[in-house]
Amino acid sequence: MKTITLLTILLSGAVTFAQQAPTATAGSADNGKRLFMRDGCWECHGTVGQGGRDGARIAATALTTAQFSRYVRRPTGAMPAYIDKVVTDQELSDIWAYLKSIPAPTPAKDIPLLSELKGQ
Amino acid sequence: MAKTKKVSVSRRGFLKRTAAGAAAALAVKPGAALAQPQAEPARPAAPPASVRQVALETSTPAPVDVYTTDRPGADFMVDVLKSLNFDYIFANPGSSFRGLQESFINYGKNSKPEWITCCHEESSVAMAHGYFKIEGKPILCMAHGTVGLQHASMALYNAYADRVPVYLILGNEQEIAFRRSDVEWAHSVQDAASMVRDYTKWDDSPVSLGHFAESAVRAYKVMMTPPMEPVVICANGGLQEEPMPEEDRRTLRIPKLVVPTPPAGDANAVADAARILVAADNPVIVAGRVARTPNGIKLLVELAETLQADVIDRKFRMNFPSRHPLFNTAAAPPDLSRVVAGADVVLGLEVPDFWNATHAQTPINRMGMTSRPITKPGAKLITITAGDLFSRSNYQDFGRYAEVDLAIAADAEATLPSLIEACKRLMTPDRKRVAEERGRKLADEHRRTRERDFDLAAAGWDASPITTARLSAELYNVIRKEDWSFVSDTTFISWWPLRLWDFDKHYQFIGGHGAYGIGYQAPAAVGAALANKRHGRVTVNIQCDGDLNYAPGVLWTAAHHQIPILNVMHNNRGYHQERMFLQDMASRAGRGVENTHIGVALDNPNINYAMLAKAYGMWSTGPIENPKDLGPALKAALDVVKKGEPALVDVVTQAR
Repeated sequence: MKTITLLTILLSGAVTFAQQAPTATAGSADNGKRLFMRDGCWECHGTVGQGGRDGARIAATALTTAQFSRYVRRPTGAMPAYIDKVVTDQELSDIWAYLKSIPAPTPAKDIPLLSELKGQ
Repeated sequence: MAKTKKVSVSRRGFLKRTAAGAAAALAVKPGAALAQPQAEPARPAAPPASVRQVALETSTPAPVDVYTTDRPGADFMVDVLKSLNFDYIFANPGSSFRGLQESFINYGKNSKPEWITCCHEESSVAMAHGYFKIEGKPILCMAHGTVGLQHASMALYNAYADRVPVYLILGNEQEIAFRRSDVEWAHSVQDAASMVRDYTKWDDSPVSLGHFAESAVRAYKVMMTPPMEPVVICANGGLQEEPMPEEDRRTLRIPKLVVPTPPAGDANAVADAARILVAADNPVIVAGRVARTPNGIKLLVELAETLQADVIDRKFRMNFPSRHPLFNTAAAPPDLSRVVAGADVVLGLEVPDFWNATHAQTPINRMGMTSRPITKPGAKLITITAGDLFSRSNYQDFGRYAEVDLAIAADAEATLPSLIEACKRLMTPDRKRVAEERGRKLADEHRRTRERDFDLAAAGWDASPITTARLSAELYNVIRKEDWSFVSDTTFISWWPLRLWDFDKHYQFIGGHGAYGIGYQAPAAVGAALANKRHGRVTVNIQCDGDLNYAPGVLWTAAHHQIPILNVMHNNRGYHQERMFLQDMASRAGRGVENTHIGVALDNPNINYAMLAKAYGMWSTGPIENPKDLGPALKAALDVVKKGEPALVDVVTQAR
């Protein structure tokens, strides 16, 4: 019963957020960077969102803020779910803004060392 | 195979303990053929005899105080252990095996085996673990039967779970009359091996030298028969330290050692497996601890190429070349699930977690637990493993019961030749055409995965803390033209070396802990480096900070014994796996992660591993935080290593 209740709450929250997202205040990338560290996003995704064994590369995310928020509330993989009591909708918008602000990585072919190792 | 060696009974003299004789002390020099009571010195005429003197002259004479022997029992034990052809002894000193230690370094001339000084018994066994995975030869370790074994036990469990033989001698004093102090009482135990019997293959506590000889040879034989596991022999203090009985000198011998051939699979079962594999449209091979020897890699390549099958390497050993077009880097969900889900036959070779490789469970971010097969309906599952030949109950490293269609209880490497031949016989032109087409698709996928991995490695290239991808790339750039051996687990560095480097030799990768007991990596790397030293290889270790802090004294062992090894710190300043688990738990409880650094972070103050290494006498540099400084630091360290010394580069890194 507890699980069902929690899921219901999470689901309601996700639906509510998805509806509200288009009207949410534009995120602050600076605050998002701070929250990215505070909320432990870096633990799996790396401090610049580069990704790793436990988390995907999310720097320069291609997701919309609504898609991003929906995933954080109800992740389909193994990522911990963050409820709005832990990270508010506005904070999620800020984190999204930070991720969006990170420049896309330099392609491997343009990094001499990687290019050389790959061509071996 | 070890040679039989006869015990010399006349090389030294023998002093027999006797109750008769004078009360005065009798000193016998080594080499004396026969001890004779010496004449008592003349006594003065006066004054009158004291009470003590009267007592001495009128009471029952005390036993002769025998001070020396030229043939302690430990010498014979050394003969026995030398016959087993160990290269080294790894040990932290302990009084309960002092007799054996003395015999090894004097009578045994500290050669074959040579004594290597360890600062912790856990290090001794973990070094043996690493040594074996490079050299294929077991190491003799020694420890107290009590406090030493308590230290060694986790490393022993790691070796057990990793199917690695370790030959452990435990010192113990079974005879209560010989325990001289509270220390020796505290260091004595009724059944020393009981502490680790759940995760060793065999043990014994010999009560005579003849018993020791037979059990010592038997232990070696049991240990080296797949599945290979640690064994324990208790060396009683009295047997080590007291003179070898005269009767023993005439009769003792060392039994002949013959290590059994590894068990190969039943011919009919192998033929069945071949029929299923050749008929498959999409066979997948999951490799666990397949390649016991370099030949194991060749055999697995031959099987994979015959079938043009996808190979998932679970990264417990160097099983398959990392740039082979059939090598699949999938190690964990979702990639592993995707590959296995597409298979109509899955062949597991020495896979300890075959159920996990073929099932999905509710992830940690959700309540409850359900599981389901990820294989498609009707998919055939085949296992070949020596794990089916040996089980223990208590510790659960055997994993969940795997429901398979064909289980061949045998050593996989020993079975591969017959399986390959059976598959080749069944490959019709039509099946070959299907296989070749499959192989082309797999090669394309391998190439795409490699492209993707290099692009992922580029992300955060200039970040500080330094990414583990950049660390791996910079390190490979420095060593790739050397004859290198990478001796670290890759679990905590996102498997980057296996994704970016070119692995194709047996000694280039040795897998990980076995039972994930942290404290393994640093000593296992030093043990592996010692094995590589004789071959002139450059040993490289990416060392996790949390692991090094368990027993950093192994850095001194490397410096003292001049064991060349390039240690590169993965200094993420924490027990990061545990930190992520706390994050999971906090999220499950609907709480934030602000406090999840408590108990897992290794900062405030930050630990300076370069200074730590210097304190142990090792060349070092760092901590390095700017990625541009990394390449030059690694080059400088390599120069040191190539001169035959160990080095450490402290690198402040991303978490994974």
